[in-house]
Amino acid sequence: MSVPADVPEVKRMAVTGNEAVALAMKQIEPDVVAAYPITPQTDIVQYFSSFVADGLVQTEFIRVESEHSAMSAVVGAAASGVRAMTATSANGLALMWEVLYIAASTRLPIVMPVVNRALSGPINIHCDHSDSMGARDSGWIQLYSENAQEAYDNIIQAVRIAEHPDVLLPVMVCLDGFIISHALENIEALSDATVRRFIGEWVPAASLLDVDRPITVGPLDLYDYYFEHKRQQAEAMMRAGKVIEEVAEEFAAISGRHYGFLEEYRMDDAAIAVIVLGSTAGTAKVAVDSLRKSGIKAGLIKLRTFRPFPAGELRRALAGVKAVAIMDRADSFSAMGGPVFAEVRSALYEADHRPPCFNFIYGLGGRDVGLEDIIEVYTYLQQAEEDPEGLVTVHYLGVRE
Amino acid sequence: MATLRELTALPEALSPGHRLCAGCGASIIVRQVLKAAGNTPVVVACATGCLEVTTTIYPYTAWRCSFIHNAFENVAATIGGVETAYRVLKKKGKIKEDIKFIAFGGDGGTFDIGFQSLSGTMERGHNILYVCYDNEAYMNTGIQRSSATPKGASTTTSPAGKVVPGKPEHRKDLTAIMAAHNIPYVAQASPSHWRDLIRKAENGLSVDGPAFLNVLSPCPRGWPSETDKTIEIARLAVETNYWPLFEVEDGKWRLTYKPRKKVPLEDWLRMQGRFRHLFKPENAAVLEELKAFVDAQWRALLERCGEQE
Repeated sequence: MSVPADVPEVKRMAVTGNEAVALAMKQIEPDVVAAYPITPQTDIVQYFSSFVADGLVQTEFIRVESEHSAMSAVVGAAASGVRAMTATSANGLALMWEVLYIAASTRLPIVMPVVNRALSGPINIHCDHSDSMGARDSGWIQLYSENAQEAYDNIIQAVRIAEHPDVLLPVMVCLDGFIISHALENIEALSDATVRRFIGEWVPAASLLDVDRPITVGPLDLYDYYFEHKRQQAEAMMRAGKVIEEVAEEFAAISGRHYGFLEEYRMDDAAIAVIVLGSTAGTAKVAVDSLRKSGIKAGLIKLRTFRPFPAGELRRALAGVKAVAIMDRADSFSAMGGPVFAEVRSALYEADHRPPCFNFIYGLGGRDVGLEDIIEVYTYLQQAEEDPEGLVTVHYLGVRE
Repeated sequence: MATLRELTALPEALSPGHRLCAGCGASIIVRQVLKAAGNTPVVVACATGCLEVTTTIYPYTAWRCSFIHNAFENVAATIGGVETAYRVLKKKGKIKEDIKFIAFGGDGGTFDIGFQSLSGTMERGHNILYVCYDNEAYMNTGIQRSSATPKGASTTTSPAGKVVPGKPEHRKDLTAIMAAHNIPYVAQASPSHWRDLIRKAENGLSVDGPAFLNVLSPCPRGWPSETDKTIEIARLAVETNYWPLFEVEDGKWRLTYKPRKKVPLEDWLRMQGRFRHLFKPENAAVLEELKAFVDAQWRALLERCGEQE
């Protein structure tokens, strides 16, 4: 096992994405974890089982019989005023679907790593974003990670974001299946004490277990109040932006690593830009560097938060751009492009300058995306920059037609 | 066990003013079960269903204890999560009080859609009492058949029609299935035999580990029956051997009540509209099958309990 038993001080270590996630969870040491194994999340559950078996955490681990029960038990635990976590992928997330919405509307600060995997069918175990994209409107905050370090950092920040009194929403931390979860990378881990200090104690406003102040959770809520509660939920998501920024700032102070809603890579004078989520950003950065060497003004935007959607930041980042390609690792089957594309294009509607937008759906079911694929996208944008007439809006990249 | 006078003096966690139908068995069962907790605080969880929708219409709640409703099929996993949180806080010294954990589900949330969640929670050994108020169909959505509906009963999805005389299948024996989980305590009870029911709830709450109670819950709206006959119907279900009272403690089966003289099943069936068609001559065979099934189940139970006819 390459997850260390303890991290007394900041430490560089070579770990897989799943090991980085497991380490973050161990350092957070939630009171309750309820989880069910599913590829490619499995290692996380196995590592956590070892932590419990070896007495490295005080966490009570509920080895549930399904993901539906995992999320249900986590909701019960979180409503009891403790920190509760789970982790899943693909069909596991789909099985949780119903309870995802309940967790969010009950305003429970649950943190859940989602190891992105293509959602059935056909059944497939490899990476795409169809699982978490399907849950994009469940009321969870969604953070996407480029690599193991970001997955680790996002999970630790997620605890603070979720539990902030202005937010009180569950957070999904997404990391690409296999590409991040199973690849070995160097990360810099914070010390156990630093993480504990950063997350602090969780003191809920109310709990099922406060016998002197009993509460009713999950009542029937009809047309006279349901709408107000949904409005409050929407407000919480709007407020989450500010909290995400504040937490990132505090996190930078303890780690030296800076996070925002999005990362701009060589965007200062970019004429053409690509927008991606997750591990593809690494490949795209290499593509940008290579294009820049040939004098092409290419830039990249990596979205870290998808919920709440950083529309204002995107408009600002794209203000000087002549053409944009939005890459979607999931289709929405709307017959007008993928989910990231729809959101970005909608955000640009209010922009003073609206560059032409193109959608590239790619990498479904783990189809590899290489440097040459990304270069192809930029090449298309160059064409668009010169003469956008008659171009196709939605593309499927790297597929046999 | 406390005397009736002592029981009536105990605080009621379910307050009056909830919106269950007149004559509903569920609220009677809930009150009897909660009496068993005495003065120990309880957290109640409910599956989606009649009991939940009628007791927690926001901004009101009929529950004086803490209460959680999550969804239809996950009350067992949910109360398991609550109980686990309690164990952690107890371990860390953050909670001093003893708290009991009780889940209520109808037969829909228990026998059918919530069956997996229930089975998993029982197998994992959570220290909870799960109570099924079994009214033998999905009453909350308008009287549809469940796997707890007896053969021949007319429901809105197994109507007594010209060709099919009510539900074609016999009911599932969930109490036995729960006993097969080898949990510390399983019992079947009826609100008509309140002393027996409260004692069983006490047993369920006192064992270390999961306990399951299956309680027959007459439904005047769905069976349909007279609202003032609920307890009488529940008693006849016991006296006809349709709903035997027994318990399984550490694997040992025991009859807790044996009718002195079996009352004919027809007496119970006649009090309920859902069986009316069974008395037509053309459905005589169905009636006989139902009776034979009840008798066979009774004999099998006697054998398990080591009792003679």
